[in-house]
Amino acid sequence: MGQYFAKRLLYLFGVLIVVSVITFFIMHQVPGGPFSREKQLSPTALANLNAKYHLDDPLYKQYLDYMIDLLIPTITTGEKTFSVTDNYLINFDIPGSEDTAFRWINFGPSYRSQTRSVNDIIREQLPVSAKLGAASLLIAMVIGIPLGTMAALKKNTVYDYFSMSTAILGVSVPVIILGPLLKYILAVELGWLPTQGWGEFKHLVMPAFALGFAQSALLARLTRASLLQVLNEDYIRTARAKGLRQRQVVIVHAMKNAMIPVATVIGPLFAALITGTFVTERVFGIPGMGSYFVTSIQNRDYSVIMGTTLVFAFFIVIANFIVDLTYAWLDPRIRLS
Amino acid sequence: MSATQISEQPSTASSHVLHLGKQLADTTTRSPWIDALRRLRRNRAAIVGLIVIVVNVIAAIFAPMIAPHHYETQNILAMNSAPQWVTDVFPKMVPTGETGGYIRVNNDYILGTDSLGRDLLSRIIYGARISLSVAFVGPFFSLLVGTVFGMIAGYTGGRVDNLMMRFVDIMYAFPTLLLVILLMAFFRASFTAGDEGSIAYRLNKIDSAFGGMLFIFIGIGLTSWMDTARLARAQVLSIRQQEYIDAAISIGARDTTIIFRHVLPNILGPIVVAESMAIPRYISFEAFLSFIGLGVNPPTPSWGSMIADGSNALISFPNQAIFPALALFFVMFAFNFLGDGLRDALDPRSNKA
Repeated sequence: MGQYFAKRLLYLFGVLIVVSVITFFIMHQVPGGPFSREKQLSPTALANLNAKYHLDDPLYKQYLDYMIDLLIPTITTGEKTFSVTDNYLINFDIPGSEDTAFRWINFGPSYRSQTRSVNDIIREQLPVSAKLGAASLLIAMVIGIPLGTMAALKKNTVYDYFSMSTAILGVSVPVIILGPLLKYILAVELGWLPTQGWGEFKHLVMPAFALGFAQSALLARLTRASLLQVLNEDYIRTARAKGLRQRQVVIVHAMKNAMIPVATVIGPLFAALITGTFVTERVFGIPGMGSYFVTSIQNRDYSVIMGTTLVFAFFIVIANFIVDLTYAWLDPRIRLS
Repeated sequence: MSATQISEQPSTASSHVLHLGKQLADTTTRSPWIDALRRLRRNRAAIVGLIVIVVNVIAAIFAPMIAPHHYETQNILAMNSAPQWVTDVFPKMVPTGETGGYIRVNNDYILGTDSLGRDLLSRIIYGARISLSVAFVGPFFSLLVGTVFGMIAGYTGGRVDNLMMRFVDIMYAFPTLLLVILLMAFFRASFTAGDEGSIAYRLNKIDSAFGGMLFIFIGIGLTSWMDTARLARAQVLSIRQQEYIDAAISIGARDTTIIFRHVLPNILGPIVVAESMAIPRYISFEAFLSFIGLGVNPPTPSWGSMIADGSNALISFPNQAIFPALALFFVMFAFNFLGDGLRDALDPRSNKA
C-alpha cells in the first residue's frame, strides 16, 4: 500500500508539472501581453514594465523562475517585506531566532491589479469557491444516493419511475439553465432568497442547489445500477436467508459494495463541479475564483492564469488521488497489480 | 432505462400472451435493426424526443425562412421591449403607463427583444443551428479520435497498447476543460493577429467560415475521446478472440482489411449508443463555452451566450434569459430521452440489470 501510495503521488505530481508547462507555453503564445491596452503605452514604458516583471527574459527562464518561486521553500531573515513580488502563501516564523521565517508558495504579482498579488486572490477567493463546491457536492450526494437507492429497492414501482424521471430531468438542466430559472422563480418572483450576494447561508442555498442538482442525477443513476447488480449477488441471498431484516441487508451488506463504483465517479464529478462554478458564480454574482480565471485569460494576466489554473488542477488531481486510494482500499486487486 | 419502463409497463402485463404466437411466426423475417426500431417506436418518451429534435433540425435548416427577422437586425426603437403576453406571464415586468412601469410593449416581436433591439425569437431559431451542429458534429469528432485510438491500441496490443492506455490515464487525470478554455482563448486571440499563410491564420479562416464553431468541435474532440477510446479498445479485444478473425488472418488478409472489414462494423454499435448518450453533454459544453464568452463569435447567436447576456438583466427582463434557457432545456431533454430509448432498443439486456 505504501509503495502504491508513493507511486500514485509521484504520478499526479507529474500531471501537475505537465499542466504547468502546457499552460505556461500556450498562454505566452497568445498574441498580446498583460500591458497591451486599447490606448497603447509608449515603447519605453512598455519595455520598462516588461523588464520590471522579467517578461523580456527567454521563455524557459521565465518558466523556471516561476516554478522555483512557487515550489522551493525559502527561509528569509530580516524583516518581512511584503512587496508585490515578495508575497508567500505560507509564512511562519521559525521560533528561536529573531526575524527568521519560513516562506513557501509564491504565485507572483498580478500584472493587472497593482495592489493585489495572485496570493491575495487565492487567499480571498478560493475559500468562496471551495465553499460553493463543497456545498454542491454535498447536495449532489444527499439527493442522488438516496434517490438511486430508493429506485433500486423499489424497482419498477412508482418510486423508481419518479426518481429516474428526476434523474433525466437533472441531466437535462445544467447550471446554465437551472441557475437563471431558479433565480427568477425563487428570488425575483417569490422573493424567498436574495438574488445576489455572498456571505450568509441564504446566499449559498440556490447556487449550491443549481450546481449540485445535475450531478445528483448522475449519482442517482449510478447508485441504482450498481445497487441492483449487488442485490443479485449470492451473499445478499445468504444474508436474507439467515433472517436479517431488509434494512440491515441493504445498509450493512449491499450498500458497502454498491458504493465502490459510485466512489470512483467522485473525481470526475468534482472536476465538473469546479468548472460549473465559473457559470454559477457569474449567474449569482458570487466573488469566487472562476471569474478571475476567465477574465485573466482575456487580460493576458499571466501569473493569474497560471495561479488559478494550477489551483484548479491541484484540486482535480487531489480528488483523483483520493478516489484512487479509496478504490485501492476497497478493492485489493488494484493495488496488487 | 426509466423511459421505456414507464411506457412499456402497462402493455407487457396485459397483452403478453396474445403477442406470443404472432411474434413466433415472424421472428424469422426480422433483422435485429427492425427489432430495435420496433422497440424504439414503442417508447413514447423517445418518440417525443425524436419529434422535438426533428422540429429543431427543420427550424435550424430553414431558419432564414422561418425567423421573422435576421438575427443581426437591430431596432433601436424597440430595445428591451416585450409583447403584451410576456408582461402578463412575468408579473414583475410592468409595462409603461402603469405605475412604476418600464417595459416598452411591442407586439411585433413574439418573445420580445434583447438589449440591442434584436428579435429574441429569431435569435433562438438561429441559435438552434449552433446547438444542433454541436450535437451532430461533436460526437463525430470524438468518435473519430476515440475509435481510431482505441482500435489501434486494442488491435496492436503489447507494449504499444500499454503506452497508449497510459496516455489515456494521464488525460483522465488532466483537467482538460481548463486546457480547452485556454486553447479557445488562444484561438480567439490569434483570430486577427495571425500572419498570412501561417497555420493559425488558415485555421482561423476556416473557423470564421463556421461562425466560430471549428474550435468548439476541436475542443469537444480534445476532451471527450477518452471514453470512446477505452470502449473501442475493450470491444476490439473481445472481437479479436473470435474465430472469424483467425480465419481472416489465416487466409492472409492485411491488418487494415481486418480492422476495417471485420472489426470496425462489429464494434460500432455499442460505441454509437454510448456516443448518443453523450450528446447532451456536448450541447451543454458549447453553451458553457459561449456563456463564458469563449464560444461562437458574436453576433452569431448561441443559446449559451444569449443566456449569459440575459442573466445580466434577469430581474428587469427575465424573458431574455428564460426563453433561450427553455429552448436549451427542451433540446437537452429530447436528446436525453432519445439516447435512453436508443440504448434500450439496441441493447435490451441493459434493461434487465
